[in-house]
Amino acid sequence: MTPADLLGAVMIAALVFYALLGGADFGGGIWDLFAAGPRARAQRALIEEAIGPIWEANHVWLILVVVVLFTGFPSAFSAVSTGLFAPLVVLLVGIVLRGAAFTFRTYDDPRDEVQRRWGLLFSAASFVAPLMLGVVVGTLASGRLRVEGGVAMGGRLAWAAPFPLLVGLFATALFAFLAAAYLAVEAEGGLQEDFRRRAIGAGVAVFVLALASAAASWREAPLVFRGLTARPWSMPLHLATGAAATGAFAALFARRYRLARLAAAAQVALIVLGWGASQYPHLVVPDLTLASASAPRQVQVLLLWALGAGAVVLFPCLYLLFRVFKGERPFSVVDRARR
Amino acid sequence: MTDLGYARWLMGTSLAFHIVFAAVGVAMPLLMVLAEWRWRRTGAAEWLDLARRWAKGTAILFAVGAVSGTVISFELGLLWPGFMRFAGPIIGMPFSLEGFAFFAEAIFLGIYLYGWERVSPRLHLASGAAVAASGALSAFFVTLANAWMNHPAGFDLVLGLPTNVDPVAAMFPPGWAHEVIHVLLSCYAATGFAVAGIHAWHLMKEPVSRFHRAALAVSLAVGGAAALLQPLSGDFSARQVAEHQPVKLAAMEAHFHTARGAPLLLGGIPDAAAGETRWAVEIPYGLSLLAFHDPGAEVRGLLDFPRDTWPNPLLVHLAFDAMVGLGTILALVALWGLALAVRRRALPADRRFLGAVVLAGPLGFLALEAGWLVTEWGRQPFTIWGAMRTAEAVTPVRDLAVPFWTFTALYLFLAVMVVVLLRRQIGGAPRANVEGAP
Repeated sequence: MTPADLLGAVMIAALVFYALLGGADFGGGIWDLFAAGPRARAQRALIEEAIGPIWEANHVWLILVVVVLFTGFPSAFSAVSTGLFAPLVVLLVGIVLRGAAFTFRTYDDPRDEVQRRWGLLFSAASFVAPLMLGVVVGTLASGRLRVEGGVAMGGRLAWAAPFPLLVGLFATALFAFLAAAYLAVEAEGGLQEDFRRRAIGAGVAVFVLALASAAASWREAPLVFRGLTARPWSMPLHLATGAAATGAFAALFARRYRLARLAAAAQVALIVLGWGASQYPHLVVPDLTLASASAPRQVQVLLLWALGAGAVVLFPCLYLLFRVFKGERPFSVVDRARR
Repeated sequence: MTDLGYARWLMGTSLAFHIVFAAVGVAMPLLMVLAEWRWRRTGAAEWLDLARRWAKGTAILFAVGAVSGTVISFELGLLWPGFMRFAGPIIGMPFSLEGFAFFAEAIFLGIYLYGWERVSPRLHLASGAAVAASGALSAFFVTLANAWMNHPAGFDLVLGLPTNVDPVAAMFPPGWAHEVIHVLLSCYAATGFAVAGIHAWHLMKEPVSRFHRAALAVSLAVGGAAALLQPLSGDFSARQVAEHQPVKLAAMEAHFHTARGAPLLLGGIPDAAAGETRWAVEIPYGLSLLAFHDPGAEVRGLLDFPRDTWPNPLLVHLAFDAMVGLGTILALVALWGLALAVRRRALPADRRFLGAVVLAGPLGFLALEAGWLVTEWGRQPFTIWGAMRTAEAVTPVRDLAVPFWTFTALYLFLAVMVVVLLRRQIGGAPRANVEGAP
């Protein structure tokens, strides 16, 4: 384990947290867009209540990834920034509008038409941002982004291809699935059924898009395809992901909501880890690896210490946040009757 | 305009926009937590009302600050990949630590805003204090990175590449202390005066409102104290800049000819081509005194430095004079308020003073923007002073006009909405807190 490997692990861990937390916030926004039926208003209210206190903290995971990338692997950061300029700009516009519109809706006129306008902006942006995140990931994995002398080559449209776009849709479906599974825990009565059905529907979409992306990766992202199929850990990983997905469906059918939430989170975490592992040791397939993009070793070692010290402060604070807003047993898997 | 021009305009616009929200994010939590603290101590309803309303204002402004800050963290690479490839490892340390400070800010702001009925009073107040402290810490770390760009340290330049990188030495480059102090004070002064200006305006229309009186007392105390300390920090900064960044000092002061007993020039139009400054008010020995605390000290002029290392003295000098002039006005208003408060042992509330506070309201942020322009324009043509020119750092991506106009439109939209929403929060002041009401 070199310091570069450890930093790679930190980045993938931060991305797992970002997917599980920030991703679910985007997913909440997507369900705001698709709020329907007699309880549409209650659905939106629950989403707002669920993400209001935590979305800003959840968003910081992305900043952490960016900072670790440019400190530890500066040439990868500049290659990604130049090669994926357009999707990153769209991602940023999405991030800005999502956060701003969500906050403005909370503090603007409570009249319906004003709320609807902000809601539309918030939810549309919540759809666009994960799509672009997926496109970025898909491009990095596909090998379409070539790097020479620290500068991205291959034109400004390296990302405009079926595989990156499929990964974008996959990420969007995944976040929607996650959000519905979380929201089902926090909802009651008919609302709980609404989000249960949505979780099952989104789960099916995740399954279909996962197959489609994997199939597309065979041609378009050969290195990742090999990583996903031909390494010693490939099979156990797929089995674990499949087990988590099956568990999530089973728990949703059985209305074991906390268990379903855990299984859905495990599934998403395994998918992100699987992506990271399958393109290891590459940062940008095929030209930049953790080793070749590394900052000087002493910088990486010091960064690891700083991250360790930060984590010691961060995790207790995060636990406090979730304990305050997500109940006394924020991570428990046992459903208990409500008071 | 060239793509380099658009890249600079986009970065400048993004920072000029974000810096307002960042400054508010540093100072506003302090105001809000002070109001809540007063409420917990006195039990008076207007303090609770004030804390809650300020918290809502903070929520709006912090959200815009968080997302616009995200844009900047990406723009570092989108617009200046050359800079980041060079500087990322060297100044990544303060940015990483800032990440954790930002985490703490977001976590405790969530608890503060949504936790009024969920957490104990003590935890709630402590969360507010944690937001205020981590906001200041964020500004501290980010300013360290800027100080490094102004006076890079912690590496050796070998064939144009950084070697022997020492991130700890880079984190505290010469001159870090003055810049950090100056920036932090400017956040409190600008925000304090902006808030005081708003409440003074309402107080002029509605002199008996206990709500606005309470608001004015806290905001003016914080903003005024910072505005009074800022000239001292400015003096420290001037001497540090004279020592560590002599070209910037010469441009700030429109000082072309190296001289002993150099005069201070107020205003005027520096003419770089002619190498002189016209129509300025001269204060004999002023510059030598300010820069070195010695009327006979030698101050190097721009003509002492190679022409291709000059910043634009016209821009830098006028921005500098604007900053100092505006800061001086704020300090004078603060002094006036202090004198009135000491004499009457009460919050100064006569109309002339309130009018002055209203007029001073926007000046703090204007001074803050001007000061930021001084340090950024004053470092040109370098992005890392002496090590990398701005033109070398820019992205090879073309058509930067598109993102420039996109983000400019986005920021305009956000700015308008923030003003509209803040008016909603502050405007409908609670009638119940009018003096004499039950």
